Amino acid sequence: MATAEPWQKAEVPGPSKALVITKPEVVVAMVKKAKYPLLVVGHEAAETEIEEKKLLDYAIRISQEGKIPLVATAHTVGEFVKRGFQPAASMPAVDIANRLVDPEWKGIDGNGQHDLAMFMGITYYMEWVIFSGLKHFGQNLKTISLDKYYQPHASWSFPNLPTQDWAQNLEVIINKLGGE
Amino acid sequence: MSRKNVQVKIKELNTTAATIKDLELSIGRLVTETWTEPMGPTPFPSIATLREWDHKLLKRYKPFYMPYCDVCCLCTFGKCDLTAGKRGACGIDMAAQQSRIVLLACLIGAATHTAHARHMVEHLIEKYGPNFPLDIGGLNIQVEAPVIRLVCGFKPKTLGDLEEALDYCESQITSLMSATHTGQEGSSIDFESKALHVGMVDHVGMEVADIAQVATLGFPKADPEAPLVDLGYGTIDIQKPMILCIGHNVVPATGIIDYLKSNGLYGEVEVAGLCCTAHDITRYAPKAKIVGPISWQLRFIRSGLPDVVVLDEQCVRTDCLQEAQKIKTPVIVASEKNCMGLPNRTNDPVDAIVNDLLEGKTTGVLILDPEKIGEVVVRTAVKVAPNRQKFKAIPNVEEIIEGAKTCKKCNDCRRACPQDLHIMEAVADASTGNLNSLSNLYDACVGCGRCENACQMDLPIHSYIVKAGEKKLKEEKFKVRSGRGAIQDVEIRNVGSPIVLGEIPGVLAVVGCSNYPHGGQEVIDICKEFANRRFIVVTSGCAAMTAAMSKDEEGKTMYEAYSGAFEAGGIVNVGSCVSNAHISGAAIKIANIFAKRNLRANYEEIADYIHNRVGAVGLAWGAYSQKAAAIASGFWRLGIPVIVGPHGAKYRRMLLGRKDKDEDWNVYDARTGDRVYVGPAPEHLFYAAETKEEAMVMIAKLCMRPNDTTKGRAVKITHWIDLHKRLYGTLPDDIHLYVRNELDIPITMKDEIRKILKEKNWKENRIPDPTLLPRMIRKKKEEA
Repeated sequence: MATAEPWQKAEVPGPSKALVITKPEVVVAMVKKAKYPLLVVGHEAAETEIEEKKLLDYAIRISQEGKIPLVATAHTVGEFVKRGFQPAASMPAVDIANRLVDPEWKGIDGNGQHDLAMFMGITYYMEWVIFSGLKHFGQNLKTISLDKYYQPHASWSFPNLPTQDWAQNLEVIINKLGGE
Repeated sequence: MSRKNVQVKIKELNTTAATIKDLELSIGRLVTETWTEPMGPTPFPSIATLREWDHKLLKRYKPFYMPYCDVCCLCTFGKCDLTAGKRGACGIDMAAQQSRIVLLACLIGAATHTAHARHMVEHLIEKYGPNFPLDIGGLNIQVEAPVIRLVCGFKPKTLGDLEEALDYCESQITSLMSATHTGQEGSSIDFESKALHVGMVDHVGMEVADIAQVATLGFPKADPEAPLVDLGYGTIDIQKPMILCIGHNVVPATGIIDYLKSNGLYGEVEVAGLCCTAHDITRYAPKAKIVGPISWQLRFIRSGLPDVVVLDEQCVRTDCLQEAQKIKTPVIVASEKNCMGLPNRTNDPVDAIVNDLLEGKTTGVLILDPEKIGEVVVRTAVKVAPNRQKFKAIPNVEEIIEGAKTCKKCNDCRRACPQDLHIMEAVADASTGNLNSLSNLYDACVGCGRCENACQMDLPIHSYIVKAGEKKLKEEKFKVRSGRGAIQDVEIRNVGSPIVLGEIPGVLAVVGCSNYPHGGQEVIDICKEFANRRFIVVTSGCAAMTAAMSKDEEGKTMYEAYSGAFEAGGIVNVGSCVSNAHISGAAIKIANIFAKRNLRANYEEIADYIHNRVGAVGLAWGAYSQKAAAIASGFWRLGIPVIVGPHGAKYRRMLLGRKDKDEDWNVYDARTGDRVYVGPAPEHLFYAAETKEEAMVMIAKLCMRPNDTTKGRAVKITHWIDLHKRLYGTLPDDIHLYVRNELDIPITMKDEIRKILKEKNWKENRIPDPTLLPRMIRKKKEEA
């Protein structure tokens, strides 16, 4: 059963906690509402298997269907390139987070500030503190965790989900991002 | 300089000018030194003395804060919600609060090292006298205390001289601690400057501790061929009584070794250590053994091998007493900082203490006299060993299977595990008799025991993992080079030029604790990779132990297969935590001995030199402690970048450069005074990598410096691109920022790099004589 409590139980965030994504359509609506969303994908995306696919494959489809620029962190870029997909950028996770809190940054391709950043595939405890940095210092920035565990420092997060439910949610997001 | 404690009393003095009565004059210190180097601008710097330098660094490497939680709970105004721009009742905002936490962490670390040093120096002065000379390397070491000379501006010659440095450290730590009080500092950048200050102070404290013990205790003295000593569970002779020392302060262990030697028992009783005490025991007595890093505490105590456990200070599990009780082993605590609630028996007769321990009248005792500790511990171990018969607290296979069958499958074990290990599934497999899954957890387990605390059925899960991994545990038989201490002046002379000019691609310091994201193999891989690439690899602390824990095809560990000299391709174990001062000291000595920059109280200039010229980078892949934070901070102030593993993100603050902001990477050309763009070298000052692969690429990249010669830069770019291609599968997308002119391009990569440069509209830059300090510009002098 899905629960909205931190996956690592001691990671208690404080008064401000992520809203729970109860329906994947919430993510679709957030993306469509955003002026300039961004997808940040960490190394676990190349390791995490979901129903005979890798999380990375879902990330590519989200990026393509939503026309969302994708930043590959750690050494993940090579796995994308192997699949014929060129990320918009490759940089350390803390680097992209540091740019996202800079109000003068012009965005990943210079077209403007990002108002929505979605994350997946970064180690839970590291992603936890990165979301916290973005929550406290990212002006006009909303964040979404697309990982299968509740990330309370994000603006929105899935609850802790069984893998099958998580996959279904991601499929719905991908399908609806491509629609009108 | 020395303390003389001169006192002059004049009852009555009649002169033509006046009559003086009851004059009393007290002089605490006399300057008797012969160091002829002129005093530099910043002797004994106070908190704000080097603030301008700090702000230069912090302007380039701005803090990025990543709070654990939204609140401040440090005073009774609170808790205060500081979320997203809110201020607390005292007016503090989240950035200042996080930087305050960073400062507190560094203060805890520096206070710990400095208090350790104070205890060490006082003990050694009592034993050897204040005039004992500080010989830490004979004729090979003329600059015996580069950090003290640089920071304090004096040259210590004797044990007694070190007290002056400690007085300074203690005064700074106290002042800095006061800045963290509610309603003191309010600027995050000034909190950061203070964190850098305490980092610098920390290195003074560490240097004091290590040179005091090296000079007096017969440790290896800057010896590249320091003895190879045993490391690992499998090296312990289980037929012998066994004494286990845990912590960082070697003084109690010296009492044990001395007693063994004076009673003909040296070699008859096993003495082994965990954490940095282990390093320092082997420096004192090479027959002693290193069990392993900090995280081995639970597994080793529960194994039942120790017949007496001796706890000194720092990084000691606070439940060691309870763990020792499980195996019926007495505990001796040996530090005022860590009394464990035990009775102080320092002044009791040895016979009475030993009898009480043997009869189980007390589970342990506090003894603050190292000589008495030696006698009590050895006599107790010898007598208790035949009775204990290595009684252990590790279940057998049948007990594991039966216990596993009671698992409720709540998954709380995994959700408590810092490594997110799939414990519940492994326990489920164990319930069917298959322990392989539990065994597979052994390498990545950090030994914290949180899984057991979370278990609703009170299953001793960590013990299950240890039992399942028993074969691996018993096969842990390695050789590590005992901590050598300082780097020789002649070694500095030999490598100074190739390092500064970039021909040795970098100095990599692999330091810190064992909170690794995926076990120690990653540290081994990194050390081997960079030693093979002819970097100088320096190790210390728990990381130095981990680096020893694999063997090549010939059965040799890295310390056996590689040189222990500070040279290209060397694996150089300097020693324990406090030996880290020799790493910063080596960087300082490059500026002083090789480049002949004045050392005395000349911090800013030396740091500017190191930052722009010495391609050194620290890697604390498993850093967990506040001491690690302080050590890192001392390197930051010298302009040396530090990489941590993903757990290091929990230090809650990075110091990150922005390579996309050209204006951040201008320096002065000391020859002309011109502002010159030099590229983002080094790009970051403190940075958490997500993966080993990312860290390896970043290590090579962060070794680039503005002063690199074209030949040196080409070598560094070669390593960086080669690693990037292999580990990322692509070329870096920012090569154009590191190629200053055509000659920087590695000859074997000319075609592909030129293509990139063309695409990026690259333009050639000149190579200046780089400095961040306007006062270093020579143009005005030349014109005059």
